[in-house]
Amino acid sequence: MAVAVDSSALKQIDASDMHEEGLKRDAQYERLALLGLCSPALLLVMIVLIVPVGWLFFVSFIGADGQFSLENYERMINRKSYRRILYTTFEVSVLTTVICICIGYPFAYFLSQLPRRAANLCLIAVLLPFWTSLLVRTYAWLVLLQKRGLVNEWAIGMGLWDEPIKIVHNMTGTLIGMAHIMLPFLILPVYSSMKAIDRDYLKAASNLGASPVRAFWTVFFPLSLPGLFAGSLIVFVLCLGFFVTPAVLGGGKVIMVSMKIASNIELFVNWGAASALGVVLLVLTIALLWIAARFVRLERLVGGH
Amino acid sequence: MAANTSGALPITVRNITKTYGDVYALNDVSIDVQSGEFLTLLGPSGSGKTTLLMVLAGFTRPDRGSLLFGEQEMIRTPPHQRDVGMVFQNYALFPHMTVAGNVSYPLRLRRVSKSEIEARVAQALDTVQLGGYGERGIDQLSGGQRQRVALARAIVFEPRILLMDEPLSALDKKLRDRMQIELRRLHEQLGMTTVYVTHDQREALTMSDRIAVINHGRLMQLDAPEAIYNRPANQFVADFLGESTFLSVERQNGEIVYQGAPLRLADAPPEGNLLLLMRPERLRLLGAGASVGIDDQMNAFPASVTDIVYQGDSYLLYGRLPDGEEISLRGATHSDARSQLPKVGDAITLGLHANDAVLVRADGDR
Repeated sequence: MAVAVDSSALKQIDASDMHEEGLKRDAQYERLALLGLCSPALLLVMIVLIVPVGWLFFVSFIGADGQFSLENYERMINRKSYRRILYTTFEVSVLTTVICICIGYPFAYFLSQLPRRAANLCLIAVLLPFWTSLLVRTYAWLVLLQKRGLVNEWAIGMGLWDEPIKIVHNMTGTLIGMAHIMLPFLILPVYSSMKAIDRDYLKAASNLGASPVRAFWTVFFPLSLPGLFAGSLIVFVLCLGFFVTPAVLGGGKVIMVSMKIASNIELFVNWGAASALGVVLLVLTIALLWIAARFVRLERLVGGH
Repeated sequence: MAANTSGALPITVRNITKTYGDVYALNDVSIDVQSGEFLTLLGPSGSGKTTLLMVLAGFTRPDRGSLLFGEQEMIRTPPHQRDVGMVFQNYALFPHMTVAGNVSYPLRLRRVSKSEIEARVAQALDTVQLGGYGERGIDQLSGGQRQRVALARAIVFEPRILLMDEPLSALDKKLRDRMQIELRRLHEQLGMTTVYVTHDQREALTMSDRIAVINHGRLMQLDAPEAIYNRPANQFVADFLGESTFLSVERQNGEIVYQGAPLRLADAPPEGNLLLLMRPERLRLLGAGASVGIDDQMNAFPASVTDIVYQGDSYLLYGRLPDGEEISLRGATHSDARSQLPKVGDAITLGLHANDAVLVRADGDR
């Protein structure tokens, strides 16, 4: 192919120095400068994250005699009580997640269909509990649900049941409290994924012959699944390590991993056993996230698409 | 798919009115779309053309009016029972389904047997020249391919009416030009009654059997493309189609006069305040060296050249008339024309043949 531009018309510059060395040095210097700017953040991550977690791992392998041993992990496998605690932790987490889905998904759908102003007001109502202390909310449930509490009194007053029923200091109370605390974590991602669904998809479905119900199940629901999945995962993972609500509303009958960690330290001053539980919880959580990441991209958990 | 014009349905739109607050989106619109016709709703944005299409599809509920598909009243029928195909502006292809999943969607809703679904999806994809693309995901397709999938999905259940909402607006110009011809050909092949919405006058002229020009929710003119272009019913239509300049003319002793000179006209002028429509491609260069002399059918306008713009396939010559009006002339760029091109500042004479002289009634004049 012939060259269309006549290079002889260009102004002549000495071609011996095309600044290759200098340009390369500039690029290197820029990389170093950027690394330098990052270093405070890197240092912070080192100090507050990597060192403590490494310490946690280390302590979990120290036995009661101060020597390296696997006794902390052996105990977890051999003792029935530990297996029960792990089972309860998963049971509470799964049930809370299911309850949150059952309440949160329809609510998020309702929000997504409201006009903007009304939706914003409702969103504030969803977020309001975030600004109240967790402990206060949990004790509020205690007041509501206890034997002579508001719920029982009203129900008996209205003739729904005759004797006060036990809805706190057990699994029921724990689940009610947990679901209440966790609900916003499910509603927000589900709502944002629903808002992102183009209404034209539903119009198209309708135009192609789908009744509103069919259009919902064949188009809207599948498109909202990533948000539902993300929200469920956040709720489930948060539940695994939850302490306050099961401790107050479970009445000692619902013992989760976090509570066992606390008692290991406060009652038995056994840092090794507590660390081992912490490691197991951490590993399980990471494993779960890793499995989940194969289904949805992780960045959806923290918003954005 | 064989042409089955017998399956097409005429559409009757009667007195449809839709208001949003005080604003009329549609103001007493009545249109008859013939069976198997390709009718384009043309208008600027906010004119109500899309609202009318949404009324046809059932997504917008008008305040009053009647809508017949064939003999059947449809105005209160919900969209999913109307059985019309529609191509959306952004295609609205379901992102969680494959190409085949999208195209088979209307058939699955209609509980068509599995083997027949497969055959009809393959056939529809062949029709839009996407055979073998069934297993692709929507995000793996280019804009033009998405457009075709949307079309395949809209025709696979053999609706007797097809609606299209600016389906080509997202494509680049080359592809748009090709798709215009392709859509036109497909329409001839399938024979569905088609209502097409666009704001692009060239697209409307290229594709349509008839064009309905809409503005401010009112039907301005409904006619074949040539008639719309050559005999616009009012100033809005004349202005919206083509590059138009208007000269005010006066009525004197039964003659139409521009700047004291009576105009030579082929048709009888309409009533009211009139404007002379000047389109660049209808003007010609007269005078020294020009191929056409002044005969008794030619109107001559002296002008001075203010600018010449070369556009590759043609040039645009801007000239100022003695009264200060600026008009333009479009000329060919073959070697003869180039050699006779005047220069900026030259005095020239522009000619408008009586057959090309169109008078329209000024808007705001009833």
